[in-house]
Amino acid sequence: MGSSLNAPSRFRNGARTLTDRLVTGIAVFSTILVLLPLVAILGYLIYKGASSLNLAFFTKVPVPVGQSGGGMANSIVGSGIILLVASVIGIPLGIAAGVYLAEYGPGSWLGHVIRFTADVLNGVPSIVMGIVAYSLIVSKQHHFSALAGGIALAIMMVPTVTRTTEEMLATVPTALREAALGLGIPQWRTIVSVSLRAASPGIITGCMLAFARVAGETAPLLFTAFGNQFWSLNLNQPMAALPLQLYTYAVSPYDEWHRLAWAGALVLILLIMISVTLVRLFAARNSLAGGR
Amino acid sequence: MGVNIQVEHVNAWYGTTHTLKDVSLKIPANKATALIGPSGCGKSTFVRCLNRMHETTPGARVEGTIQMGDVDIYKAASPVEIRRRVGMVFQRPNPFPTMSIYDNVASGLRLNGFRKRSVLDEVVERSLKQAALWNEVKDDLRKKSGSSLSGGQQQRLCIARALAVDPEVLLMDEPASALDPVSTSKIEDLIFDLKRDYTIVIVTHNMQQAARVAEQTGFFLSGVMVEFDATEKIFTNPSDKRTEDYITGRFG
Repeated sequence: MGSSLNAPSRFRNGARTLTDRLVTGIAVFSTILVLLPLVAILGYLIYKGASSLNLAFFTKVPVPVGQSGGGMANSIVGSGIILLVASVIGIPLGIAAGVYLAEYGPGSWLGHVIRFTADVLNGVPSIVMGIVAYSLIVSKQHHFSALAGGIALAIMMVPTVTRTTEEMLATVPTALREAALGLGIPQWRTIVSVSLRAASPGIITGCMLAFARVAGETAPLLFTAFGNQFWSLNLNQPMAALPLQLYTYAVSPYDEWHRLAWAGALVLILLIMISVTLVRLFAARNSLAGGR
Repeated sequence: MGVNIQVEHVNAWYGTTHTLKDVSLKIPANKATALIGPSGCGKSTFVRCLNRMHETTPGARVEGTIQMGDVDIYKAASPVEIRRRVGMVFQRPNPFPTMSIYDNVASGLRLNGFRKRSVLDEVVERSLKQAALWNEVKDDLRKKSGSSLSGGQQQRLCIARALAVDPEVLLMDEPASALDPVSTSKIEDLIFDLKRDYTIVIVTHNMQQAARVAEQTGFFLSGVMVEFDATEKIFTNPSDKRTEDYITGRFG
């Protein structure tokens, strides 16, 4: 072994340290750059919206123009219901499709078709989803409904959930699957209790991404859930939703409504952040300490 | 109790690669049988045929008959039934990372729908004792995850997990190759105890290990089983030149 080849000269050592610092610096700078818009948006929303937040905002329904007071209680609850419908339909469907792609049909033609469809569906503008739900449900029933809104959002969630489920299952080591199969555990049970469980942190992240993305959607709800100025908990009736109410208020010419719109935007973002955090905490508590 | 395994004219393929060529042998019950040979010689493929794990690889195919006791495992049973009768321990310890020690051992029974708590407790204790791990883990069965144990402990946990479903045959695919010498000797002691109750097939790269634990040894080369005989015969007076070259370290 030529030791002179292995021992770096002082100069090369210095150059390496410099490169190392440079790359670290670029990484840190990029992180800050990425975080900046989030912090800026949140800060601006708090600045503009926090002053209009009060108890009435969370407990009262909207009041007609000219009257002061009123809140968005019906929109907050409405958004919650519509998102619940979307998640209950979209997440199981997406996970099941992802399981098929990863475990049953990785090389099959059906697998390729599903994967391609999911990718295309992911790129479809959200207003198109609204039109689809409108023509499939609203125009048949001859009335707007929260259910139609939920279904439109569910269709939007499916491709994200499907693709993350597939990708997370692909990272589960073959050794783990074989361990289960080797014990005489049927394939479906292996998928449910071993593969999906091992991949669950990633899949939950995917579901939360899909959830957060559709939570702020306005376009698919415009001609499905439609919006409502009054209390309604009936899935078969038009229902208020935060993004819709925001839109109505934001395009109005009234200052009072503008202030409410800012507060609504703040509440929407906070609710999304809280629900994502809660799900993560719950998932972390259910996984075994020291397991990962 | 272990069973005899009668293997006749078994061929196996991965896609178009012919990895196992016309292998026939008799594996006796309640003894340890070692399979040796250079990497890629087909010995792992062979044990994977014994519990029908080979066919889970896309494009893989098996021909020939394997008779386990009086059951033809490829004609008269489903893969799931066979794998319950044939336990397998892999090269790298693979405990379920999301499960506690207890849940790992109980998994084979539980995931097959068996839930009676008192019986599970008993099986978990018995299996961990059989795998010589009970004393080291009995205090944190439910507290610690399987993957928090050391490598050697993980491998014994995997053995306990395989024993818990009460198999007749135990396949071990290089069970000690990822372990340190102390853990290795523990696993070897274990094999000695286990052969009383099970038929054991062990793949190994370590020829001393084969000599220590196994009554018979088979030598594989390029998918062919060159020689199968009593271990002592294979290591002291092999009949085939290729076996002799391999065990004396002239190639492989």
